[in-house]
Amino acid sequence: MHELSIAMSMVEMAEEEAARRGGVKVFAIHLKLGQLSGVVKDALLFSYEIVCQGTTLEGSQLIIEEIPVVVYCPTCRAETSLASLQRFCCAACGTLTSEVVRGKELEVVAMEIQ
Amino acid sequence: MMSSQPRLVEVRQNVLKQNDLLARELRRRFQEAGVCVVSLVSSPGSGKTAFLEKALTLLQRSKLRVAALVGDLATENDAARLARSGAPVRQITTGTICHLDAQMVERALEEWNLEELDVLFIENVGNLVCPSSYDLGEDLRLVLLSVTEGEDKPLKYPTIFNTADVAVITKIDLAEAVEFDRAAAHRNIQSVRPGMKVFEVSAKTGEGMDELLPVLYSARSAESEKVLAG
Repeated sequence: MHELSIAMSMVEMAEEEAARRGGVKVFAIHLKLGQLSGVVKDALLFSYEIVCQGTTLEGSQLIIEEIPVVVYCPTCRAETSLASLQRFCCAACGTLTSEVVRGKELEVVAMEIQ
Repeated sequence: MMSSQPRLVEVRQNVLKQNDLLARELRRRFQEAGVCVVSLVSSPGSGKTAFLEKALTLLQRSKLRVAALVGDLATENDAARLARSGAPVRQITTGTICHLDAQMVERALEEWNLEELDVLFIENVGNLVCPSSYDLGEDLRLVLLSVTEGEDKPLKYPTIFNTADVAVITKIDLAEAVEFDRAAAHRNIQSVRPGMKVFEVSAKTGEGMDELLPVLYSARSAESEKVLAG
Protein backbone atom coordinates (compact mmCIF):
# COMPACT_ATOMS: atom_id res chain seq x y z
CA MET A 1 0.00 0.00 0.00
CA HIS A 2 2.58 2.56 -1.12
CA GLU A 3 -0.25 4.62 -2.61
CA LEU A 4 -0.49 6.45 0.72
CA SER A 5 3.04 7.80 0.53
CA ILE A 6 2.51 8.65 -3.13
CA ALA A 7 -0.66 10.58 -2.26
CA MET A 8 1.31 12.43 0.43
CA SER A 9 3.98 13.47 -2.08
CA MET A 10 1.29 14.70 -4.45
CA VAL A 11 -0.46 16.77 -1.82
CA GLU A 12 2.84 18.26 -0.65
CA MET A 13 3.72 19.09 -4.23
CA ALA A 14 0.34 20.74 -4.83
CA GLU A 15 0.58 22.74 -1.61
CA GLU A 16 3.99 24.05 -2.64
CA GLU A 17 2.73 24.93 -6.10
CA ALA A 18 -0.31 26.71 -4.62
CA ALA A 19 1.89 28.66 -2.19
CA ARG A 20 4.21 29.64 -5.03
CA ARG A 21 1.20 31.09 -6.84
CA GLY A 22 0.26 33.25 -3.89
CA GLY A 23 -1.71 30.79 -1.77
CA VAL A 24 -4.42 30.01 -4.30
CA LYS A 25 -7.09 27.43 -3.59
CA VAL A 26 -6.65 24.06 -5.35
CA PHE A 27 -9.82 22.44 -6.71
CA ALA A 28 -8.32 19.52 -8.55
CA ILE A 29 -5.12 17.76 -9.49
CA HIS A 30 -4.80 16.04 -12.86
CA LEU A 31 -2.57 12.97 -12.86
CA LYS A 32 -1.30 10.71 -15.65
CA LEU A 33 -1.06 7.18 -14.33
CA GLY A 34 0.66 4.52 -16.42
CA GLN A 35 -0.56 0.96 -16.25
CA LEU A 36 3.00 -0.07 -15.53
CA SER A 37 3.64 2.51 -12.80
CA GLY A 38 3.04 0.00 -10.04
CA VAL A 39 0.35 2.22 -8.56
CA VAL A 40 -3.31 1.16 -8.22
CA LYS A 41 -5.85 3.81 -9.21
CA ASP A 42 -8.52 3.03 -6.60
CA ALA A 43 -6.01 2.76 -3.78
CA LEU A 44 -4.56 6.10 -4.81
CA LEU A 45 -7.97 7.81 -4.91
CA PHE A 46 -8.77 6.43 -1.47
CA SER A 47 -5.41 7.54 -0.05
CA TYR A 48 -5.71 10.98 -1.64
CA GLU A 49 -8.94 11.75 0.16
CA ILE A 50 -7.46 10.75 3.52
CA VAL A 51 -4.25 12.69 3.00
CA CYS A 52 -6.11 15.86 1.97
CA GLN A 53 -8.01 16.02 5.24
CA GLY A 54 -6.91 18.93 7.38
CA THR A 55 -4.82 20.45 4.57
CA THR A 56 -5.60 23.32 2.22
CA LEU A 57 -6.48 20.67 -0.36
CA GLU A 58 -9.34 19.24 1.64
CA GLY A 59 -12.31 18.66 -0.66
CA SER A 60 -10.19 18.82 -3.80
CA GLN A 61 -10.50 16.23 -6.53
CA LEU A 62 -7.93 13.88 -7.97
CA ILE A 63 -8.58 13.34 -11.67
CA ILE A 64 -6.69 10.36 -13.04
CA GLU A 65 -6.01 9.67 -16.69
CA GLU A 66 -4.90 6.06 -17.12
CA ILE A 67 -2.18 5.53 -19.70
CA PRO A 68 -2.09 2.14 -21.40
CA VAL A 69 1.24 0.48 -22.07
CA VAL A 70 2.71 1.16 -25.49
CA VAL A 71 5.67 -0.86 -26.73
CA TYR A 72 7.95 -0.53 -29.74
CA CYS A 73 8.04 -3.45 -32.15
CA PRO A 74 11.48 -3.86 -33.76
CA THR A 75 9.99 -6.01 -36.55
CA CYS A 76 7.21 -3.61 -37.61
CA ARG A 77 9.27 -0.60 -36.56
CA ALA A 78 6.14 0.83 -35.02
CA GLU A 79 4.58 1.56 -31.66
CA THR A 80 1.75 -0.67 -30.56
CA SER A 81 -0.57 -0.80 -27.54
CA LEU A 82 -0.24 -3.80 -25.27
CA ALA A 83 -3.35 -5.98 -25.18
CA SER A 84 -2.32 -7.67 -21.93
CA LEU A 85 0.26 -7.02 -19.23
CA GLN A 86 0.84 -10.77 -19.21
CA ARG A 87 2.28 -10.71 -22.70
CA PHE A 88 4.71 -8.06 -23.92
CA CYS A 89 4.36 -8.42 -27.66
CA CYS A 90 3.43 -6.50 -30.79
CA ALA A 91 -0.33 -6.39 -31.36
CA ALA A 92 0.20 -6.66 -35.11
CA CYS A 93 2.85 -9.35 -35.60
CA GLY A 94 3.25 -10.95 -32.16
CA THR A 95 7.00 -10.30 -31.83
CA LEU A 96 8.02 -10.23 -28.17
CA THR A 97 9.38 -6.86 -27.11
CA SER A 98 10.32 -5.23 -23.84
CA GLU A 99 10.86 -1.75 -25.22
CA VAL A 100 8.28 0.22 -23.25
CA VAL A 101 7.49 3.59 -24.85
CA ARG A 102 4.66 4.66 -22.54
CA GLY A 103 2.87 3.33 -19.49
CA LYS A 104 5.23 4.07 -16.61
CA GLU A 105 3.89 7.60 -15.99
CA LEU A 106 3.17 8.85 -12.50
CA GLU A 107 2.99 12.51 -13.30
CA VAL A 108 0.97 15.51 -12.20
CA VAL A 109 0.18 17.35 -15.41
CA ALA A 110 -2.14 20.14 -14.30
CA MET A 111 -3.97 21.72 -11.40
CA GLU A 112 -7.29 23.51 -11.24
CA ILE A 113 -6.83 26.57 -9.08
CA GLN A 114 -8.70 29.74 -8.13
CA MET B 1 -19.58 37.38 -2.95
CA MET B 2 -18.52 36.38 -6.44
CA SER B 3 -15.69 33.91 -6.72
CA SER B 4 -13.72 33.54 -9.92
CA GLN B 5 -13.95 30.36 -11.97
CA PRO B 6 -11.34 27.70 -11.38
CA ARG B 7 -8.66 27.77 -14.05
CA LEU B 8 -6.47 24.98 -15.30
CA VAL B 9 -2.73 25.48 -15.04
CA GLU B 10 -0.13 23.16 -16.46
CA VAL B 11 2.26 21.71 -13.87
CA ARG B 12 4.14 18.64 -15.22
CA GLN B 13 5.84 17.10 -12.24
CA ASN B 14 6.84 13.52 -11.72
CA VAL B 15 5.33 12.52 -8.37
CA LEU B 16 8.43 10.50 -7.50
CA LYS B 17 10.76 13.31 -8.56
CA GLN B 18 12.35 13.60 -5.12
CA ASN B 19 13.10 9.88 -5.06
CA ASP B 20 14.35 9.85 -8.64
CA LEU B 21 16.68 12.81 -8.06
CA LEU B 22 18.10 11.21 -4.94
CA ALA B 23 18.49 7.85 -6.73
CA ARG B 24 20.37 9.58 -9.53
CA GLU B 25 22.67 11.20 -6.97
CA LEU B 26 23.24 7.82 -5.29
CA ARG B 27 24.03 6.22 -8.65
CA ARG B 28 26.61 8.92 -9.31
CA ARG B 29 28.20 8.31 -5.89
CA PHE B 30 28.27 4.55 -6.45
CA GLN B 31 29.91 5.01 -9.83
CA GLU B 32 32.51 7.39 -8.46
CA ALA B 33 33.35 4.99 -5.66
CA GLY B 34 33.51 2.08 -8.11
CA VAL B 35 31.04 -0.08 -6.23
CA CYS B 36 28.53 -2.32 -8.01
CA VAL B 37 25.11 -2.06 -6.43
CA VAL B 38 22.69 -4.94 -6.76
CA SER B 39 19.17 -4.85 -5.34
CA LEU B 40 16.95 -7.85 -4.63
CA VAL B 41 13.17 -7.95 -4.81
CA SER B 42 10.84 -10.89 -4.28
CA SER B 43 7.84 -12.04 -2.31
CA PRO B 44 8.37 -12.90 1.38
CA GLY B 45 9.95 -16.29 1.87
CA SER B 46 11.43 -16.76 -1.58
CA GLY B 47 14.93 -17.04 -0.16
CA LYS B 48 16.44 -13.56 -0.56
CA THR B 49 18.35 -13.77 2.70
CA ALA B 50 19.62 -17.33 2.16
CA PHE B 51 20.72 -16.35 -1.35
CA LEU B 52 22.44 -13.25 -0.03
CA GLU B 53 24.19 -15.16 2.75
CA LYS B 54 25.62 -17.54 0.16
CA ALA B 55 26.55 -14.75 -2.25
CA LEU B 56 28.32 -12.73 0.47
CA THR B 57 30.28 -15.78 1.57
CA LEU B 58 31.31 -16.83 -1.94
CA LEU B 59 32.23 -13.32 -3.09
CA GLN B 60 34.40 -12.81 -0.01
CA ARG B 61 36.13 -16.08 -0.77
CA SER B 62 36.99 -14.54 -4.16
CA LYS B 63 38.59 -11.64 -2.24
CA LEU B 64 35.85 -9.18 -3.10
CA ARG B 65 34.81 -6.57 -0.55
CA VAL B 66 31.07 -6.88 -0.07
CA ALA B 67 28.37 -5.40 2.15
CA ALA B 68 24.59 -5.46 2.41
CA LEU B 69 21.65 -3.33 3.43
CA VAL B 70 18.55 -5.33 4.33
CA GLY B 71 15.05 -3.93 4.49
CA ASP B 72 12.31 -5.39 6.66
CA LEU B 73 9.17 -4.10 8.29
CA ALA B 74 10.34 -5.30 11.69
CA THR B 75 13.13 -7.24 13.45
CA GLU B 76 16.85 -7.25 12.82
CA ASN B 77 16.93 -11.02 12.31
CA ASP B 78 18.10 -10.87 8.72
CA ALA B 79 21.00 -8.56 9.49
CA ALA B 80 22.10 -10.87 12.31
CA ARG B 81 21.88 -13.84 9.96
CA LEU B 82 23.85 -12.13 7.21
CA ALA B 83 26.49 -10.84 9.63
CA ARG B 84 27.58 -14.46 10.06
CA SER B 85 29.17 -14.17 6.62
CA GLY B 86 31.58 -11.63 8.13
CA ALA B 87 30.49 -8.86 5.75
CA PRO B 88 29.31 -5.46 7.02
CA VAL B 89 25.52 -5.53 7.16
CA ARG B 90 23.04 -2.88 8.12
CA GLN B 91 19.34 -3.40 8.72
CA ILE B 92 16.81 -0.87 7.49
CA THR B 93 13.66 -1.29 9.55
CA THR B 94 10.85 0.39 7.68
CA GLY B 95 8.13 0.14 10.33
CA THR B 96 4.93 -0.09 8.35
CA ILE B 97 6.36 0.96 5.01
CA CYS B 98 6.18 -1.77 2.39
CA HIS B 99 9.21 -0.81 0.30
CA LEU B 100 12.62 0.85 0.42
CA ASP B 101 13.14 4.26 -1.13
CA ALA B 102 16.26 6.18 -2.08
CA GLN B 103 16.22 8.24 1.10
CA MET B 104 16.26 5.17 3.33
CA VAL B 105 19.25 3.85 1.38
CA GLU B 106 21.05 7.18 1.63
CA ARG B 107 20.54 7.32 5.41
CA ALA B 108 21.65 3.73 5.89
CA LEU B 109 24.87 4.46 4.03
CA GLU B 110 25.93 7.27 6.34
CA GLU B 111 29.43 6.66 7.74
CA TRP B 112 30.11 3.91 5.24
CA ASN B 113 33.08 4.41 2.98
CA LEU B 114 31.82 3.22 -0.38
CA GLU B 115 35.32 3.24 -1.84
CA GLU B 116 36.18 0.30 0.39
CA LEU B 117 33.52 -1.82 -1.29
CA ASP B 118 33.34 -3.79 -4.54
CA VAL B 119 29.74 -4.98 -4.31
CA LEU B 120 26.87 -3.61 -2.24
CA PHE B 121 23.64 -5.54 -1.99
CA ILE B 122 20.31 -3.94 -1.12
CA GLU B 123 17.68 -6.45 -0.06
CA ASN B 124 14.24 -4.89 -0.42
CA VAL B 125 11.25 -5.64 1.78
CA GLY B 126 9.56 -8.90 0.72
CA ASN B 127 6.86 -7.54 -1.59
CA LEU B 128 6.25 -7.95 -5.32
CA VAL B 129 4.18 -4.80 -5.73
CA CYS B 130 5.38 -1.63 -4.03
CA PRO B 131 9.16 -1.79 -4.58
CA SER B 132 8.65 -1.60 -8.34
CA SER B 133 7.97 2.15 -8.28
CA TYR B 134 11.17 3.19 -6.46
CA ASP B 135 14.58 3.62 -8.04
CA LEU B 136 17.28 3.02 -5.41
CA GLY B 137 20.23 4.00 -7.59
CA GLU B 138 21.19 0.36 -8.13
CA ASP B 139 23.05 -0.92 -11.20
CA LEU B 140 21.19 -4.18 -11.34
CA ARG B 141 17.84 -5.26 -9.95
CA LEU B 142 17.33 -8.98 -9.37
CA VAL B 143 13.86 -10.42 -9.02
CA LEU B 144 13.81 -13.72 -7.15
CA LEU B 145 11.23 -16.44 -7.64
CA SER B 146 11.40 -19.69 -5.68
CA VAL B 147 10.33 -23.04 -7.10
CA THR B 148 7.85 -23.42 -4.24
CA GLU B 149 5.86 -20.32 -5.30
CA GLY B 150 4.34 -21.46 -8.55
CA GLU B 151 5.39 -20.82 -12.11
CA ASP B 152 2.77 -18.15 -12.78
CA LYS B 153 4.17 -15.52 -10.38
CA PRO B 154 5.57 -13.47 -13.30
CA LEU B 155 2.11 -13.30 -14.89
CA LYS B 156 0.55 -12.20 -11.61
CA TYR B 157 3.17 -9.51 -10.95
CA PRO B 158 4.26 -8.34 -14.40
CA THR B 159 5.24 -4.86 -13.26
CA ILE B 160 7.99 -5.93 -10.87
CA PHE B 161 9.38 -8.42 -13.39
CA ASN B 162 9.34 -5.69 -15.97
CA THR B 163 11.36 -3.28 -13.82
CA ALA B 164 13.99 -5.91 -12.95
CA ASP B 165 17.09 -6.71 -14.99
CA VAL B 166 17.71 -10.33 -14.09
CA ALA B 167 15.45 -13.12 -12.81
CA VAL B 168 16.77 -15.68 -10.34
CA ILE B 169 14.88 -18.92 -9.70
CA THR B 170 15.80 -19.99 -6.17
CA LYS B 171 15.59 -23.25 -4.19
CA ILE B 172 16.23 -25.18 -7.42
CA ASP B 173 17.29 -28.16 -5.28
CA LEU B 174 13.59 -28.55 -4.40
CA ALA B 175 12.36 -28.37 -8.01
CA GLU B 176 11.69 -32.06 -8.38
CA ALA B 177 10.03 -32.47 -4.99
CA VAL B 178 7.49 -29.72 -5.73
CA GLU B 179 7.09 -30.70 -9.40
CA PHE B 180 8.29 -27.32 -10.56
CA ASP B 181 7.53 -26.77 -14.25
CA ARG B 182 10.77 -25.20 -15.42
CA ALA B 183 9.64 -24.61 -18.99
CA ALA B 184 6.48 -22.82 -17.86
CA ALA B 185 8.42 -20.58 -15.47
CA HIS B 186 10.85 -19.55 -18.20
CA ARG B 187 8.03 -19.04 -20.68
CA ASN B 188 6.12 -16.81 -18.24
CA ILE B 189 9.17 -14.72 -17.43
CA GLN B 190 9.87 -14.19 -21.14
CA SER B 191 6.25 -13.26 -21.68
CA VAL B 192 6.33 -10.33 -19.26
CA ARG B 193 9.96 -9.37 -19.82
CA PRO B 194 11.15 -10.60 -23.23
CA GLY B 195 14.88 -11.21 -23.36
CA MET B 196 15.37 -11.31 -19.60
CA LYS B 197 18.33 -13.39 -18.46
CA VAL B 198 17.28 -16.11 -16.02
CA PHE B 199 19.49 -17.99 -13.57
CA GLU B 200 18.56 -21.07 -11.55
CA VAL B 201 20.29 -21.35 -8.20
CA SER B 202 20.29 -23.14 -4.88
CA ALA B 203 21.70 -21.28 -1.90
CA LYS B 204 21.77 -24.59 -0.06
CA THR B 205 23.87 -26.62 -2.49
CA GLY B 206 25.53 -23.69 -4.26
CA GLU B 207 24.23 -24.86 -7.63
CA GLY B 208 24.15 -22.12 -10.26
CA MET B 209 25.93 -19.54 -8.08
CA ASP B 210 29.14 -19.68 -10.16
CA GLU B 211 27.26 -18.58 -13.27
CA LEU B 212 25.38 -15.77 -11.56
CA LEU B 213 28.03 -14.17 -9.32
CA PRO B 214 30.23 -12.73 -12.11
CA VAL B 215 27.18 -10.85 -13.39
CA LEU B 216 26.80 -9.22 -9.98
CA TYR B 217 30.33 -8.05 -9.27
CA SER B 218 30.84 -6.76 -12.78
CA ALA B 219 27.40 -5.20 -13.02
CA ARG B 220 28.62 -2.25 -15.01
CA SER B 221 31.38 -3.85 -17.04
CA ALA B 222 31.39 -5.15 -20.59
CA GLU B 223 31.80 -8.71 -19.28
CA SER B 224 28.47 -8.53 -17.50
CA GLU B 225 26.74 -7.03 -20.51
CA LYS B 226 28.07 -9.88 -22.64
CA VAL B 227 26.66 -12.48 -20.25
CA LEU B 228 23.33 -10.68 -20.01
CA ALA B 229 23.06 -10.31 -23.77
CA GLY B 230 23.43 -14.11 -23.99
